[in-house]
Amino acid sequence: MSPTSPTGTRPPMPSTNAPEPRNRGTTVVALPPHVNPVEPTNPPEVCIRCRSLNSWYGDLQALHSVGLDIPKNRVSAFIGPSGCGKSTLLRWFNRMNDTIPSARAEGEITLDGRDLLDPRCDVVDLRRRVGMVFQKPNPFPKSIFDNVAFGPRLHRRYSRLDLESLVEQSLRRAAIWDEVKDRLDQSALGLSGGQQQRLCIARAIAIGPEVLLMDEPCSALDPRSTAAIEDLIRNLRDQYTIVIVTHNMQQAARVSDRTAFFYNGALIESNETDLIFTNPAHRETEDYVSGRFG
Amino acid sequence: MNDARPNSNHFQKLIDRGVPRTSAARVRIDRAFSIICLGITLIAVLALALLLASILIEGFPGLSWSFIERYASRIPDQAGIKAPLFGSIWVASICAIVALPVGVATAVYLEEFAAKNRVTNFLRINISNLAGVPSIVYGILGLTLFVRMFGLFGPIQNPSFEIGGETFAIYYDSTGEPLRVPVTSRNETPSLTTGSIGYIQDVLDGPDGELIFTNNWTPIPLTIVNGDTEFTPAYGVISAIDVVEPIDYEIQKPWYYVQFPFGQTVLAGGLTLMLVVLPVVIISSQEALRSVPRSLRAGSMAMGATRLQTVFRVTLPASIPMIMTGAILAMSRAIGEAAPILVLGVALFITDVPQSLMDAFTVLPMQIYNWTSRPQEEFRALAATGIIVLLVVLLAFNAIAVLIRQKFSRPLQ
Repeated sequence: MSPTSPTGTRPPMPSTNAPEPRNRGTTVVALPPHVNPVEPTNPPEVCIRCRSLNSWYGDLQALHSVGLDIPKNRVSAFIGPSGCGKSTLLRWFNRMNDTIPSARAEGEITLDGRDLLDPRCDVVDLRRRVGMVFQKPNPFPKSIFDNVAFGPRLHRRYSRLDLESLVEQSLRRAAIWDEVKDRLDQSALGLSGGQQQRLCIARAIAIGPEVLLMDEPCSALDPRSTAAIEDLIRNLRDQYTIVIVTHNMQQAARVSDRTAFFYNGALIESNETDLIFTNPAHRETEDYVSGRFG
Repeated sequence: MNDARPNSNHFQKLIDRGVPRTSAARVRIDRAFSIICLGITLIAVLALALLLASILIEGFPGLSWSFIERYASRIPDQAGIKAPLFGSIWVASICAIVALPVGVATAVYLEEFAAKNRVTNFLRINISNLAGVPSIVYGILGLTLFVRMFGLFGPIQNPSFEIGGETFAIYYDSTGEPLRVPVTSRNETPSLTTGSIGYIQDVLDGPDGELIFTNNWTPIPLTIVNGDTEFTPAYGVISAIDVVEPIDYEIQKPWYYVQFPFGQTVLAGGLTLMLVVLPVVIISSQEALRSVPRSLRAGSMAMGATRLQTVFRVTLPASIPMIMTGAILAMSRAIGEAAPILVLGVALFITDVPQSLMDAFTVLPMQIYNWTSRPQEEFRALAATGIIVLLVVLLAFNAIAVLIRQKFSRPLQ
């Protein structure tokens, strides 16, 4: 490890706490994801499987040999200080890193056994199956209805009636229907930040994805809106595989079933959320979740 | 950090060491600066106001409906602005119809599709350079490219390639009325023989404004035969049987008539102005597309939209207001340009409104320029009146564009 601090707003780890393993990447790979003996008797089906994944932006390596399983129909949280690679990993799950010309990855990510990093992978179909919600709510400058109908219209032709019920169902699932049902034809930009984010979730689920990726979905919201989104995530967990990146450890503890801790581009530890917060296997994890750094 | 307190006295001394600036002096300078700025602004506004006032004073008396309805004339009282007015509208419309799609498509390619490499960087830099090229240079380009077409299709007066026009050989009858004989090409001389023909009907204005029809000519039997087709003109007769060479040839042009080279026609003028405004349209469209937040594109792509779907469903709708603003400015420039049209060598004395893309034309700035260069004082007044018309046309174009912009931008608010 070079003494350079992790990039981002978080203060660097105090030098007394600095972990010293020279070769963090390989250390981590040696750790299988389900290392802890306290496994559920009925281990959940794996949805996304990630093996020895390395990723770069130009010459800068952002991910070091990450190996991780995302269980199906559970909420997985990625935590770690800024610049630790958790968002990068998330953005490989739906290949949104393709929009960054300098980004590249080696290794293996499979979704239901299909290789996502294969150049022949149908990105359009992948993104239909793996929806994404961004850090800042990004509704289109269109009406609320058109925002939700945007995705369905991209992939299929619907009759007006079907489209209307689809929009209603999506908004109901995103727990925002009651607030917007009388103003569907008004601009989505008139909604509050929390409403906009729930609208973005409705927009994402309107195309029937199997996986929902959420990249710090509450970091731009006030506590009340955050609580609404967290309720929503808990309600959606049965139907979707949810992966949430968060800086808020309480949030990870509240909403997730499993938590993965990243530091400087490496996966330090991945386990049941309870265990990560009560009995972490690694010193760095313990320091981070106890608020000693980050 | 803990040893900050012992030094605080020293720190305060360091702050106090600076020579004070009196705040009264700073406030005075601040006030003076704002007055200077106001003065400079007033100079520009006053100059514009003076110009407008002098034009209005000189030109407003000449402004009337008949001024707009009349064509060019050597007599100032008879002169009007109809031909250049319609010429300007035609040329500006052609310019907008071609420049907008081409410019927006170029901007979309450069901003949304093109990889950022040396070739596309070279393209971007040179489009910016093109926006600074003087318009007269584009006039020369338009002359070569559209008016003459590098001489590939023969001279302008006798284009080698025509579609859709009907050619007539022209004779004059005994009263001086033109008589049109259809021919297949400009070089064909019709063979004429005698036959029968009707009579001339004169239409005269009666004393009380009613129309009087008189048959004032006894018909001479005459038939005109050209090749296999025999026909009878509606009226008139050629003066001598032995006239063989037509006096002139004329082409009747339906709207779909096209000739190569274009010659000094509406289409050539519109396309030349398109060259002038295209870089401006491209650059302003690029700016507009760049102003659309990346997060909107990401949101669209993350739902599985292709780049094309993202462009048409998100990026373009969000940037249309700004694109329209750029287009308004570009079109205003196009309508006001005289130099490139001057280089094309268009006729100054036009006595008809363009009917097809291949008709002769002139534009408002050309007509104004023409009038200002006349020695008679009356024509200068006409020029001022012409400027008023030009300004009204400019304002009308701007108003239409603003309306379109508002219509598109409503869902954004």
